[in-house]
Amino acid sequence: MNSKPARRSLLRSGLLAALLLSSVGQAALAQEVNLYTTREPRLIQPLLDEFTKDTGVKVTTVFVKDGLIERVKAEGEKSPADVLMTVDIGNLLDLVEAGVTQPVDSKVLQEVIPAHLRGADNRWFTLSLRDRVAYVSTDLELGAITYEAFADPRWKGKVCIRSGQHPYNTALIAAMIAHNGLQATEDWLRNVKNNLGRKAAGGDRDVARDILGGICDIGIANAYYVGRMKNSEPGSDARKWGDAIKVVRPTFEKSRGTHVNISGAAIAKHSPNREQAVQLLEYLVSDKAQSMYAKANYEYPVKAGVELDPVVASFGELKIDTLPLTEIAKHRREASELVDKVGFNN
Amino acid sequence: MPDLLELDHISLAYDTPDGVVPVVNDLSLGLRKGHIGCLLGSSGCGKTTILRAIAGFEPLRAGEIRLAGRVLSTPGDAIEPQDRQVGMMFQDYALFPHLNVEENVAFGLRKLTKTRRQMRVNEMLELVGLTDARKRYPHELSGGQQQRVALARALAPEPELLLLDEPFSNLDVDTRERLAFELRDILKKTGHTALLVTHNQAEAFAIADRIGVMDKGSILQWDTPYALHNAPASPFVADFIKREVLMAQRAQAYQRGLAAE
Amino acid sequence: MSGGRRFLGSEAGSVWLLGAVLIALGVLAPLATLVWHASSGSFEHWAHLFDHVLPQAFLNTTLLLAGVAVLVTALGVGAAWLITAYQFPGRSILSWALLLPLAVPTYIVAFAYLDILHPIGPIQTWIRELLGYTSPRQFRLPDLRSLPGAIVLLGFVLYPYVYLSTRIMFATQAASLLEAARILGETGRGVFLRVALPMARPAIAIGVSLALLEALNDIGASEFLGVQTLTVSVYTTWVTRNDLAGAAQIALAMLCVVAILVLLERRGRRRQRYASNLRARPVQPLQLHGTRALVASALGWAPVIIGFVAPAIYLLSETINHLALAGSVSDQLLASAGNTLTVALVATFFTVLAGLIVAWAARAVRHSQQPPLARICARISTTGYAIPGTVLAIGLLTPLIAFDGLLSHVAGVVMGAEPSLWLMGSMGALVCAYVIRFLAISVGGMESGLARIPPSLEQAARLLGESPAGTLRRVHLPLLRPAIGAAGLLVFVDAMKELPATLLLRPAGFETLATWLYAEAARGTYEEGAVAALAIVLAGLVPVVLLARSQLKPVY
Repeated sequence: MNSKPARRSLLRSGLLAALLLSSVGQAALAQEVNLYTTREPRLIQPLLDEFTKDTGVKVTTVFVKDGLIERVKAEGEKSPADVLMTVDIGNLLDLVEAGVTQPVDSKVLQEVIPAHLRGADNRWFTLSLRDRVAYVSTDLELGAITYEAFADPRWKGKVCIRSGQHPYNTALIAAMIAHNGLQATEDWLRNVKNNLGRKAAGGDRDVARDILGGICDIGIANAYYVGRMKNSEPGSDARKWGDAIKVVRPTFEKSRGTHVNISGAAIAKHSPNREQAVQLLEYLVSDKAQSMYAKANYEYPVKAGVELDPVVASFGELKIDTLPLTEIAKHRREASELVDKVGFNN
Repeated sequence: MPDLLELDHISLAYDTPDGVVPVVNDLSLGLRKGHIGCLLGSSGCGKTTILRAIAGFEPLRAGEIRLAGRVLSTPGDAIEPQDRQVGMMFQDYALFPHLNVEENVAFGLRKLTKTRRQMRVNEMLELVGLTDARKRYPHELSGGQQQRVALARALAPEPELLLLDEPFSNLDVDTRERLAFELRDILKKTGHTALLVTHNQAEAFAIADRIGVMDKGSILQWDTPYALHNAPASPFVADFIKREVLMAQRAQAYQRGLAAE
Repeated sequence: MSGGRRFLGSEAGSVWLLGAVLIALGVLAPLATLVWHASSGSFEHWAHLFDHVLPQAFLNTTLLLAGVAVLVTALGVGAAWLITAYQFPGRSILSWALLLPLAVPTYIVAFAYLDILHPIGPIQTWIRELLGYTSPRQFRLPDLRSLPGAIVLLGFVLYPYVYLSTRIMFATQAASLLEAARILGETGRGVFLRVALPMARPAIAIGVSLALLEALNDIGASEFLGVQTLTVSVYTTWVTRNDLAGAAQIALAMLCVVAILVLLERRGRRRQRYASNLRARPVQPLQLHGTRALVASALGWAPVIIGFVAPAIYLLSETINHLALAGSVSDQLLASAGNTLTVALVATFFTVLAGLIVAWAARAVRHSQQPPLARICARISTTGYAIPGTVLAIGLLTPLIAFDGLLSHVAGVVMGAEPSLWLMGSMGALVCAYVIRFLAISVGGMESGLARIPPSLEQAARLLGESPAGTLRRVHLPLLRPAIGAAGLLVFVDAMKELPATLLLRPAGFETLATWLYAEAARGTYEEGAVAALAIVLAGLVPVVLLARSQLKPVY
């Protein structure tokens, strides 16, 4: 991003021209962009503030926990949404499939993001990676583990995990289906269920808390929470939980890679501020933003070569599962139905 | 002198899920201006229904109700209760609990100016002897006092006719008799025409100029108390009227100089 | 002579009836949309749901409701009787304190107790210290995340519905009946079981059905505690599979349960005496001494402590910890609080108004039938309460957007205004959802308030020259003030606590305390979430205290 000052003055003169050209009754062209996101606002707000600081474009965020597609679809052409951001590949692809996105031809995005982490049709883009790892009690000696091993009887009554229907888990199960097939995954899921130390409920951080509480010894959760917990104020609850666990990156037997989900974005079909929308996306894959993803959010940056937070770095090397993300989306539905069939959450 | 209130061959009935239940069949009576009439009968004979029909709360199935020559109800049509110039005292007094005595009495006087209204309220309170209690609320009054407020309220708008639905049933025996006489005094003083409904012969005889003994929706005899006792029209009527009661009442009535016409 | 036969009963007035019909249609709109969405789904959806989701969810929901019903009845009726029949130290405070759990939403009580009763939480740590254990791995209590756990938590937070309705009933019952029973030789327990309890059955039915509707609607507690209820299934079916049709199908199945509950409540109301004796004396309580007084106190205070005091203290201490660590409260939280109050006030106003219209149009007058159309409208208007917030919001999206389109079109033609989202872009959509959700409270409150006004009052007013509208204004409205106040307060509290519908329907940048709390919990920062939770509970206290105070005034 070496043309920021030039960009800014370009924007300014553009604004002036727009003002001069605007007729009575037309709203003045404000520099703004509307972000509809399923990401918790606190995570994304610092990056957005930096964006506004650097570009002068105001960002209005709408946090839509559920029903993002429904909302955008229902709003139709009048929808003010510019950028649609979500933290799950399935949701992102659903957006594309629902026809509420438009393609973006951006050199910047194409250069930074590896091909298998963005849409071939340029409709969706990964902004950061979120690996799903094993939280292990510090009392336990465990070097490496596979996802498949969680079904092993040695873990009976010792496994904690959140709801099987949560998108993070259905993505993992979908990946398992893609690797090992439906029947094998069903058996695996049943055995994992039998190994649960308590009901599949709560959040990912509860896995750490419950490990500390002795309810279980290992669990499956997202890696970035650990960064957050271990970097919390000493004496705080979060810190206590973080200190009770260590991270081991599990792999699939077949691919020897760790399952990742993504946070990503797309541009809304009827975006009223398209130019600013593209600008925001490009900003989010810049070094500065990616570094914030890494250092402030403890996520894994999609851009290569960005420095990691020390805690994250201590987890070791992340070998990403080579399974194309679209495969996960393909088996999502089956994964969710499998959870119901096995009665995982009961 | 023509009658003030005329019930002309009226019939009344209820609609129930099982069909139409007749209550009053082809009943007629006339009440002269200034007289106090009474419908006397046991519960279920239809007397309260007649009262409600005169008030405008029950539709007529047949016949006509006229007041001062004006037609109030026919089977096809009826004047709204608020336009009938009829006043009513309810069995439970129906005093507005959120208004004090003064405000209760003034309720029906909104068409008057403030001064006229105040004057009228004072007049009524004095009439019933409750001037000191004007600021009290209904729940702070005794049964007898509540009844008097209800009377004052009903009379304040100067109705043509006053209806009374078992006015003494909520009171104890001693208060009942005393208040029955008081009520008659007040009504005679103001000259109001009234129709009362009760199952208690003592009250009927204490208060009324004309009594109609009722049974199963018909009036068996409509006459002065004296006539009812001395010339009952049927064995039923004769049984209904107790000799001793009449003697005591008559004696007291003569004492007070109010001869039965 | 005025035309037509209009005798105090069939004339609720056509304006009121029209209003009631419009309101009922408004409540039906999301239902209709749901049916439409559900029927657009495929049958393979249905097959999967039927085989794997519905049976367990139905079973869980039924067990949950049954358990909660038993618990709230025991707690609510027991508490109401204790307060009515006995005198012991602290009774007058306890009589309103028993309402306090109303201020704590179900998701907050789950959130609080998961921490309080966690193996590393205060209670279990203390127990371990007592027993001499050092680590939770040596000793821990069974996990709260289970069906029994959910039943207990919901029971202790929803019993006030039963307590309230039963207490009012006990208070307005003629003391003479209860005293007659005593004189006939019945002991305290006998009077309770043979006279008071049967008389109070309608009130209990009403309170239980309200509590169960609330339990059925809950998403937060069930989700946190891992109980797969029908509501949770609707939510997950839609969220994880974007399967709106499937979600709508489950939702429609839930409406069967709802229908049963609503019928139960209706029967209860019908059995209640329509006109109270204006001169009913309150019951004279029996004085207790010594140990018995102590036991009574303990029994009475237990639900309050479990349902309110413990979670409140927990939230308070978490807030203090957080403030000590972080130093201040964020601006977002303050803004959320302001938003919450505003939208709750606006919604309360419209909800109470709508409830009054519906109840007035449907009121029965002695000797006359209730106007059937208005009665149907009244029943329809109460169904919104039982639709889970999320599904209601989805059902509302399409009609509201369509309405917005219509408004924009009209505004464009008439005023040349730019097309915009009038309802969706403002609090309008939220208010619509809240009105539909909470109309049942308002209608119910107005109906029982109207039922307590003897018909003779209206007849008296009419004979004194007042028109029907004038009677409403001068007689009924003043006498309805307690009912209006009570309904308004309950709606206000519920509006403040509302979560799922708000998440979907709020305009850009608009947070309420509940949505902010949920976002914080989703992120995992329970500490700041506790601050928002405490704010909700504190704000919820005010109407509860006012409600309690109004209950202590003499009933007309």
